[in-house]
Amino acid sequence: MIFDFFTKLTGSEISASIISALLPLFLFVLPFALIAVLLERKVSAHIQDRLGPMRVGYHGILQTLADILKLIQKEDIIADSNDKPLFNIAPVLVFAGSYAVFAAIPFTSSYIGSNINLGLFYIIGISGIVVIGILMAGWASNNKYTLLGAMRSAAQLISYEIPTLMIVVTILMITGTLNLNELTEMQSGFFWNWMIFGGQATGIAKILLIPFMIVGFVVIYISTLAEVNRTPFDISEAESELVSGYHTEYSGMKFAIFFLAEYANMFAVSAIVVVLFFGGYLSPIGYLGNTLGLPWLIPVEQLLWFTFKGVAFVLVQMWLRWTLPRLRVDQLMAICWKYLIPIAFVNLLIVGLITLI
Amino acid sequence: MTVYDIIFYLFALITVGSAFFVVTLRNIVYSAFFLLFTLFGVAGLFVLLSADFIAVVQLVIYVGAILVLLLFGVMLTHNITQVQIKTGTLQIIPSAIAVLILAFSLIKIFLNTNWKTVPLTVQSSSVEGLGVLLLNQYSVVFELIGILLLIALIGAASMARR
Repeated sequence: MIFDFFTKLTGSEISASIISALLPLFLFVLPFALIAVLLERKVSAHIQDRLGPMRVGYHGILQTLADILKLIQKEDIIADSNDKPLFNIAPVLVFAGSYAVFAAIPFTSSYIGSNINLGLFYIIGISGIVVIGILMAGWASNNKYTLLGAMRSAAQLISYEIPTLMIVVTILMITGTLNLNELTEMQSGFFWNWMIFGGQATGIAKILLIPFMIVGFVVIYISTLAEVNRTPFDISEAESELVSGYHTEYSGMKFAIFFLAEYANMFAVSAIVVVLFFGGYLSPIGYLGNTLGLPWLIPVEQLLWFTFKGVAFVLVQMWLRWTLPRLRVDQLMAICWKYLIPIAFVNLLIVGLITLI
Repeated sequence: MTVYDIIFYLFALITVGSAFFVVTLRNIVYSAFFLLFTLFGVAGLFVLLSADFIAVVQLVIYVGAILVLLLFGVMLTHNITQVQIKTGTLQIIPSAIAVLILAFSLIKIFLNTNWKTVPLTVQSSSVEGLGVLLLNQYSVVFELIGILLLIALIGAASMARR
């Protein structure tokens, strides 16, 4: 594990855990956000039969860097009626909440920020800070639109946490662990051992599990999509009615931090879905490192597989965003409370019965 | 003084300091936001006590649900309507008596308890032990609490429908 390596290198557990906690930020989240912002613009453009950014670099690949340069130069505007301390803290809180999630995500078998036993539960708990940050941003801006956006966002996040938790409990019932590393290792083997194909169960139980696992996957994907506030669930920042929701009044780098948090969140929820249902960092077809006899190659390949699967789900999120219209507030709540929660609950009961076989 | 002591005092400082602000600040929204740091600090203290499950539950329930509902209520009334919610002092004498009694009993308990001190060891997760206890020894209590919560839910839903 990387953690042990750093402990040997620096000679202290504390500095080792600080370094291993900072690693994903600089090696993963920031580069990912850079690429994902460009990807979003390109994907949306091609879905709408446009070209998207084309001027900066070949097919606009340096567009995000140019944007960041612009954002850094911008004046940091704080209006008189804004509540200054809260206005400044809110972006930090939102980013801290979405970044803290990465501490428990296993990127490869040899790297996990903190290998805690309650990984999955911790992720769900710590993302509550994001809600508080959003409410803070909405309130501190002192503006009707931002407040409404923050309210909607908070209501949505709280409601959709319930189906997510139910599916997590379903998985927990089968695997008996909340440690994301162990959860991934339980799905090792080839791709038919992934949770979506019934995990390590054998015989009739496996065949019975598959349809309910697919239902579970769909439910958790919809509800995590709602938790990152993206279309079709973006009523909290609906441009046509609320300008842009809770971050309307932010400019410059503070706005960039909100943006970064959104993209970090997108990958985080995709990573959770991947770990729960699609074998996490495991390769579906075996490792090149095994064939060539190079054991150090395996973690690298695992990182690539993990990134690949995560980005695939991020792409689906983008695809949905630019294809589906926005839901109304009542439809949003109806989907959660009248459809997703009962479905997740029945799913939980049935999977529980199947595990008894 | 080990590093864990420093971390403990850090979390204790966060908890007590922000709790102080929660009580003393005049602006109720600030108080609600400072409550976040108090609850977060308490969660940290639970982690240091090897009660990892309780720590995360603290985050999920208090930060994720109760604090958000609190903020919701405060915000819906604060800036939109003209009603100013401020904290103030009412009925000084009864509250002083109550505080004195509470403080006295707490200090008395603190001094008279035979504290069990365990040497610092890294303990494994408490989830499994908790689960086994809840579903064997305390299963009746567990079910009763479940029914109680269900009743509260149904009651809230029926009141909201009126």
